[in-house]
Amino acid sequence: MARVVVDVMLKPEILDPQGQAIARKLPQMGFEGVVAVRQGKRFEVELEGPADDAALERVGKIAETLLANPVIENYEVRVL
Amino acid sequence: MDAARVGVITFPGSLDDRDAARAVRLAGAEPVALWHADHDLQGVDAVVLPGGFSYGDYLRAGAIARFAPLMTELVAAAEAGLPVLGICNGFQVLCETHLLPGALLPNAGLHFVCRDQRLRVENADTAWTSEYREGQELVIPVKNRDGRYTADRETLIELADSGRIVARYLDLNPNGSLDDIAGICNEAGNVVGLMPHPEHAAESLTGPSTDGLGFFTSIVKRLVNA
Repeated sequence: MARVVVDVMLKPEILDPQGQAIARKLPQMGFEGVVAVRQGKRFEVELEGPADDAALERVGKIAETLLANPVIENYEVRVL
Repeated sequence: MDAARVGVITFPGSLDDRDAARAVRLAGAEPVALWHADHDLQGVDAVVLPGGFSYGDYLRAGAIARFAPLMTELVAAAEAGLPVLGICNGFQVLCETHLLPGALLPNAGLHFVCRDQRLRVENADTAWTSEYREGQELVIPVKNRDGRYTADRETLIELADSGRIVARYLDLNPNGSLDDIAGICNEAGNVVGLMPHPEHAAESLTGPSTDGLGFFTSIVKRLVNA
């Protein structure tokens, strides 16, 4: 059984007010030196079989059709 | 002639399906309850996708509702010209299906916003706005968490240039929507997405105005004259 991770992030040009709220809080907590925070989503997909090319292609299709909305988000698929 | 039949789809988590059905009736049409898990549009003449939180808005607003069984029939029918109005969550579903361009993201202020909102009708030629006139101002409740309309620059320019921005927010942009967009339509004008809730402004007893009724009388008039 293999585990594949799909990371989904808002495209860089799209405003991320949640990330901004996090970034604004950091100096108040004493954490200096952070320029920006972007918040995304991580999915862990467990496969029945091995994470071979066919399986990764299938996960890519899942990411493209459901996990991410390509209009606003980018995604990356990687084997854990 | 028989009254026009306007379907209202109920998804798990829909909230405003009954109000939408009531507005359809007030406008003089027969509301037809449609169930998300069926594969049958029951021969309706138009469809409303109501507000709410279909599938709890899990993943993204509208992301899972988009794959509801009935959506297969709805997308095909909309592409063939069936008038479809998506209100709030319904607008989000229409964007997720790509019947409408762009997407709706969490409000820029990160709060759920509920207020009586002033709007301007920008396009009075769609299937759902013909009873208004261009430039007409309306007061209709807006109530959403994910109402920030977003699209890439090219899409925004195309929407503006081709008259596909149906309504804009006035006075105050409640959610950070780009270009103050409150509603848009597809190229043919039969599919309209609207973030504010016209079905909540259809009766003076419960709404801030009856300004919303025009969306429903527009479709009824169109269907009767068809």
